[in-house]
Amino acid sequence: MIAKTSPEIGGMGHSIKRKEDSRFIQGKGNYVDDVHLPGMVYGHMVRSPYAHARLKSINTEKAKQLPGVLAIITGEDLAKANLAWMPTLFFDKQMVLATGKVLFQAQEVAFVVAQDQYIAADAAELVEVEYEELPVLVDPHKATDPSSPILREDREEKSNHIFHWEVGDRDATDKAFQSAPVKASVHAISQRCHPAPLETCGCVADFNRATEKLTIYLTSQAPHAHRTLFSIVGGIPEQNIRVVSPDIGGGFGNKVPIYPGYVCAVVASLTLGLPVKWIETRSENLQSTGFARDYHMTAEIAADQNGKVKALRVKTLADHGAFNAAAQPTKFPAGLFSMCTGSYDFAASFCEVDGVYTNKAPGGIAYRCSFRITEAAYLIERVVDILASQLKIDPAELRRRNFIQPDQFPYKTPLGWTYDSGNYEGALNKALEMVGYAQLRKEQEEKRKKGELMGIGISSFTEAVGAGPAHTFDIAGIKMFDSAEIRVHPTGKAICRMGTKSQGQGHETTYAQIVAQELGIPASDVIVEEGDTDTAPYGLGTYASRSTPTSGAATAMAARKIRAKAKKIAAHLLECSEEDLEWETGKFFVKGAPSKSKTIQEIAFAAYTNIPAGLEAGLEAVNYYDPPNLTFPFGTYICAVDIDKGTGEIKVRRFVAVDDCGNVINPMIVQGQIHGGLTEGLAIAFMQLIDYDENGNVQGGSFMDYLIPTAVETPHWETGSTCTPSPHHPFGAKGVGESPNVGSPAAFVNAVVDALSHLGVKHIDMPITPWKVWNVLKEKGVVS
Amino acid sequence: MAKKQAVCVKVNGQQREADVEPRLLLVHFIRETLGLTGTHVGCDTSNCGACTVVMNGKTVKSCTMFAVQADGAELLTVEGLFQEGKLHPLQEGFKQEHGLQCGFCTPGMLMSTYALLQTNARPTENDIRWGISGNLCRCTGYQNIVKAVQYAAGKMAQGGAR
Repeated sequence: MIAKTSPEIGGMGHSIKRKEDSRFIQGKGNYVDDVHLPGMVYGHMVRSPYAHARLKSINTEKAKQLPGVLAIITGEDLAKANLAWMPTLFFDKQMVLATGKVLFQAQEVAFVVAQDQYIAADAAELVEVEYEELPVLVDPHKATDPSSPILREDREEKSNHIFHWEVGDRDATDKAFQSAPVKASVHAISQRCHPAPLETCGCVADFNRATEKLTIYLTSQAPHAHRTLFSIVGGIPEQNIRVVSPDIGGGFGNKVPIYPGYVCAVVASLTLGLPVKWIETRSENLQSTGFARDYHMTAEIAADQNGKVKALRVKTLADHGAFNAAAQPTKFPAGLFSMCTGSYDFAASFCEVDGVYTNKAPGGIAYRCSFRITEAAYLIERVVDILASQLKIDPAELRRRNFIQPDQFPYKTPLGWTYDSGNYEGALNKALEMVGYAQLRKEQEEKRKKGELMGIGISSFTEAVGAGPAHTFDIAGIKMFDSAEIRVHPTGKAICRMGTKSQGQGHETTYAQIVAQELGIPASDVIVEEGDTDTAPYGLGTYASRSTPTSGAATAMAARKIRAKAKKIAAHLLECSEEDLEWETGKFFVKGAPSKSKTIQEIAFAAYTNIPAGLEAGLEAVNYYDPPNLTFPFGTYICAVDIDKGTGEIKVRRFVAVDDCGNVINPMIVQGQIHGGLTEGLAIAFMQLIDYDENGNVQGGSFMDYLIPTAVETPHWETGSTCTPSPHHPFGAKGVGESPNVGSPAAFVNAVVDALSHLGVKHIDMPITPWKVWNVLKEKGVVS
Repeated sequence: MAKKQAVCVKVNGQQREADVEPRLLLVHFIRETLGLTGTHVGCDTSNCGACTVVMNGKTVKSCTMFAVQADGAELLTVEGLFQEGKLHPLQEGFKQEHGLQCGFCTPGMLMSTYALLQTNARPTENDIRWGISGNLCRCTGYQNIVKAVQYAAGKMAQGGAR
């Protein structure tokens, strides 16, 4: 248990109000598009209307003549500086501006710079590009057909196959299947979707010719890593690059990669010596920046007659689009997809993934998830439900029979992960109780008799968040530690800087609470800054729910270093030995004489005014934290839906979410994260799809047809929690921001399939729209 | 470039005037000409509502109007909610009830709910959900925004009120 501090201190477990809110509610946030520099000019991207075409010519003459146009950059211009291509985050390269041919609709072809954004857009219209259309490859299942066009002429391997990856014991798994009396399977698509944070991506690149310093204001979830990559790829000395991530309007994985627009703005600023702003439109955001998922998956379970699972076999085809721009640790071509055994105790398992190229936008990134765990959690929670349905065992009961038990932790999965801690049945029981499961099932039975459609879906997921450990995890070679630096001022107030970067998660509040917990300095006296690479310590950034497991841990470790030094100063002030001192939130006192004490504020003052001989002045510390393992949050979600027989419309009547993320820093913020993630899960289950027609035209390329749930479709969420601390995290916390998005899609889909199961429905692919449901009802003769 | 036209508006109680191109969108006029960057742009199809401002007492999506159409109008943006040294009850409510995360939709949400409370002082949850149905939020799942508006309505009913 974590000792609870007073509300005035505001340490862990207090739902203190967010420090960052004051500026946001007054319109004083500072997002990238709010950055306005003297002499700033604007960039606009010319994009390909075709999914696959040879570039015959680009004529920029008319555009250049438009008054106010300053520069037009093409792929050929970039090629002269060896910048027409850039490396992706996953052993591939990507065109910055097209040379030779284009490989997806909306691909970047030329970059126009003008005095204002209207002129830049006008000039982009005047750029004349001649294309010769080529055959288009849309269906990933046809990628390796001999009749399909080879997309990537730049690669030595003349094939659209990118990688084959497998993990687990194929023979043991196959053997278990041969002897198993029961087999259940599903083919499920985790469809192509897009994180679509409300702020699109953009930057202001500002190269100062006098100082030779390049400052990039960037919508970046990983500013430090981006600085290093800009330096390595662009050949600019790293000390001359400053990346500033100001306020970020949501990320959800979309702002992890480096996009061609950023590179073009930097090149334009270097060329012109002026600040260049480039902000993509929403449509550009959806059509060209990192998509997520697009996993075409098959899962099979071998089990006995009692529903006890024996083995899991998974085969998946991954559509990466035109370039493999996956944003995930380099040892994991399919990210953490091998978490697909989920919360269950399988004796054997085998998982294989093949990645292919198609004429679609490049990716895929992790949309509010830890590197492909959403795909994995969805798959296992679907197939477990299918097994339950097949054996006519209640899905809650079947899960209970197969859970990894509390005494099995640390638990090693057959696919190589070591779960730190868990109590899956505890979370399930709580969720069942909160939702009134038995009563709901009774109601469902009665409704069925009346011909009404009601379904209940369960998902008991396990997440894996907080990468590193550095021995296993790196992004583009940079190890996935993270950092914190704390400076305590003479008056006992503090400033902290971290290598992570909030995009709405509330770091300015939660990190301050960790300092408050560890040092007893009130959270209100602690300022948190992130995102400026000139001032913050190096780190890998915020995604994959890694901030609390890494920088949060670093904050505690740095605070403990400060406390160790504070003890020496306290001993000096109290004229005793360190061994005679004890710590109580905010002060050291002499054992047995509590009135003889020094507060952290008094000690801080002494650190600058009355330093003991032999001790350095000041009171500050830095920690680079390399976690020994991931943390494994988990939970059970239960969804109840009613389906309108006439329209196919799905109404979420109840949704209960019980999450376990160990010890909690700020319950209000955790609950807010759960609400938001569930809403994104609802969107994926029922609404969101980036689709392509047979010519590679993107469908779902604007908010007109890529749907974001409004307050009207979004149900009232009911949240609960259990607490199983992480045994290895300094204060027993686990990451949580993505759990709701990882765990919820299966609960929604399981509920809809459950509502229709008596009609013989076994699976419906996401997004489950009213149209899809209505067609199923028609096919089953429920509506005519 | 078309001939510039004078646009004269009263913004947050202040008279402001500028010569602008007829095609200049109202949101760009507010953000760039007037320098009020609290109003945001989140889409290009009038769906998201991040650009919502109050014009002559009614909400408008300022990305879907030209600045010249606002000539002579009275505008209220998020920067105008803080008055007489005090936060508006809605601003308080959003902070107290954790009605925001990344903050990007917040100004538009505040302006839509400001207009809602002007015409419906005691909205039900359903009223609030429909009232903000033209404003998208990617972070909060709306539940705490509903609570924030209820907080403000309660406070205003007690006479805290604007």
